[in-house]
Amino acid sequence: MIGPAFYIAAAIAVLATIMVITRYNIMHALLYLVVSLLAVAVVLYLYGAPFMAALEVIVYAGAIMVLLIFFVMMLNLGKESAEQEKLWLKPRIWIFPSLLCIILLGELVFLVLQNHQPAAEVKIVDPRAVGMALFGPYILAVELAGMLLMAGIVGAYHLGRQKEKTLHRFLENNEL
Amino acid sequence: MLSLVRSMWLIFLHMFHKRETFQYPEQKAPLPARWRGRIALTRDPDGGERCVGCYLCAAACPVDCISLQATEDDSGRRYPEFFRINFSRCIFCGFCEEACPTYAIQLLPDYEMAEYNRQNLVYEKKDLLIDSEGKYPGYNYYNIAGMAIRGKDKGDAHQEEPPVDVKSLIP
Amino acid sequence: MTNFWWIIGGVLFALLNTAAGLIWVERRMLALWQDRYGPNRAGPFGLLVVLADTIKLFFKEDWIPPFADKVVFVFAPAVVMLSVLMSFVVMPFAPQIIVADLNIGLLFFLAMSSLGVYSVVLGGWASNNKYALLGAMRGASQMISYEVFMGLALMGVVVLSGSFNLREIVEAQKTVWFIVPQFIGFLIFLVAGVAETHRLPFDIPEAESELVAGFHSEYSGMKFGMFFIGEYLGITLISGMLVTLYFGGWLGPAFLPPVLWFVIKTFAFIMLFILFRASMPRPRYDQLMEYGWKVLFPLSILNLMVTAAIKLWLNT
Repeated sequence: MIGPAFYIAAAIAVLATIMVITRYNIMHALLYLVVSLLAVAVVLYLYGAPFMAALEVIVYAGAIMVLLIFFVMMLNLGKESAEQEKLWLKPRIWIFPSLLCIILLGELVFLVLQNHQPAAEVKIVDPRAVGMALFGPYILAVELAGMLLMAGIVGAYHLGRQKEKTLHRFLENNEL
Repeated sequence: MLSLVRSMWLIFLHMFHKRETFQYPEQKAPLPARWRGRIALTRDPDGGERCVGCYLCAAACPVDCISLQATEDDSGRRYPEFFRINFSRCIFCGFCEEACPTYAIQLLPDYEMAEYNRQNLVYEKKDLLIDSEGKYPGYNYYNIAGMAIRGKDKGDAHQEEPPVDVKSLIP
Repeated sequence: MTNFWWIIGGVLFALLNTAAGLIWVERRMLALWQDRYGPNRAGPFGLLVVLADTIKLFFKEDWIPPFADKVVFVFAPAVVMLSVLMSFVVMPFAPQIIVADLNIGLLFFLAMSSLGVYSVVLGGWASNNKYALLGAMRGASQMISYEVFMGLALMGVVVLSGSFNLREIVEAQKTVWFIVPQFIGFLIFLVAGVAETHRLPFDIPEAESELVAGFHSEYSGMKFGMFFIGEYLGITLISGMLVTLYFGGWLGPAFLPPVLWFVIKTFAFIMLFILFRASMPRPRYDQLMEYGWKVLFPLSILNLMVTAAIKLWLNT
């Protein structure tokens, strides 16, 4: 059961990622990225990490991608930017990075073929185990991440702060 | 925050209030007597037309929906030869009623005038003229005005003194 | 296995009929609370208005504006239906009636509701219309922000029951419903749920007095119908979730079957949603955000921390 499901999900993930790179319209690219993330979530679920899969959907597909789309929406990209993108994506430009990628891919395939041992049995990691790991051996990383987020929140608050504005002349001099 | 809860509770209590809807086709809303609805031309107590064709209503009409042509019959009474109101343009403002010096044109409490064909909304004089004195019963314009018509000479009107003979020397 | 398909079919049938019936229920209830009658002409008590509405939606011109992004435009309304219907997969209607008894049921619900944002965002963006875009942007920021403390509020329940599995959460409420120890969490989840389904009073993505019809300005026919039905399904989902998480799900005195208890409680919450719509004014956009981030967010974190501390204290 797990085999075909994995291959379908993986194929969708790879295809969607290729589509992300080749789309001219940035919105379509982002949508393919969402599909790719969902496919990765399915793979994670199949291999015994349901908590991770759920977080992948909630955080990446549900929040971060929506934020990206939100910013792209504000940029008002139209047909012109798609045309521009088309101009940029000439073979002369993408051929060198893709060559590098092919070398990496070859290396990966070589390694996978070399190390030909059967995959370990699927061990389901429940949320409790994730929590124990995070607040046990990895507590330092969690604390650091928390600190970073705190700094981010304080920074965002500072950037977003504005002077008290009176909304209406009748409300001036009145404490709101 | 508490005010929101309070307003929710008050709205909830409306469940047990009487409903205000009139179930229209079966149950009609009571209209006040001064409701500005369908326009009609009224008659004198003795059955003559009140309208004297003075064009004041047509002049007062802000949307120019009234058109008429005045004429005079052999007794000396003026009356409209035709009187046409295009109700597809009428805004029921009641200015015509205010302008009318003889209380002829009146707005009645009736609003059921819908038509499928736009042309049917153009009312001619036969559609407008009703056998009623409208809101001013007993009022007869020619009985008050000093104008002479057949059967009512000068000085015969209500509370009118006989005309002064300017050629006479008698005081 | 056949039993499984029966459950899926039954749940789907019941849900879609509920969503359609809610059209009538909502209009009648709103009318009742505003001293009117509501639809009462077609059929007994106006029930056939549902049928009339459906027929109207089917026969409307299914228009795709020439300036729209066609693929995304068609795709967006399907997302809302799909994400909401998928969320019902983990909802325990009764001890046996549950489509998928997932270990991470609650997270699955959160994941699906976070995907629901896409329908608003993509629908608004693909319409290529400034009002729709404004609606989509409001919708995106509103739903993302409220999702945060929706999740945080739910964590209180998770701490108390010790599981993400919704069936186990319901069973953990055998002695006392979670509304009692988690009252603040319940309030936050209620507010966030209203915002998440962008129902009134938090319907600022589609505020018709400012934005025509917000993100679905350009939609007509059955595509609009999908948004429409999706909204009612969303109400049902949030009501069902409130019942499952805070009001003991199918639990109740034994003289009624468990499913019926669940349905009755859910229906009570649907009524509450409609009462919200009948009685509350729409907040301004910045007020909504301020209220969310400055009041509900700290409150939900505080709730989680206090709950966890008490739980730890009781355990040791």
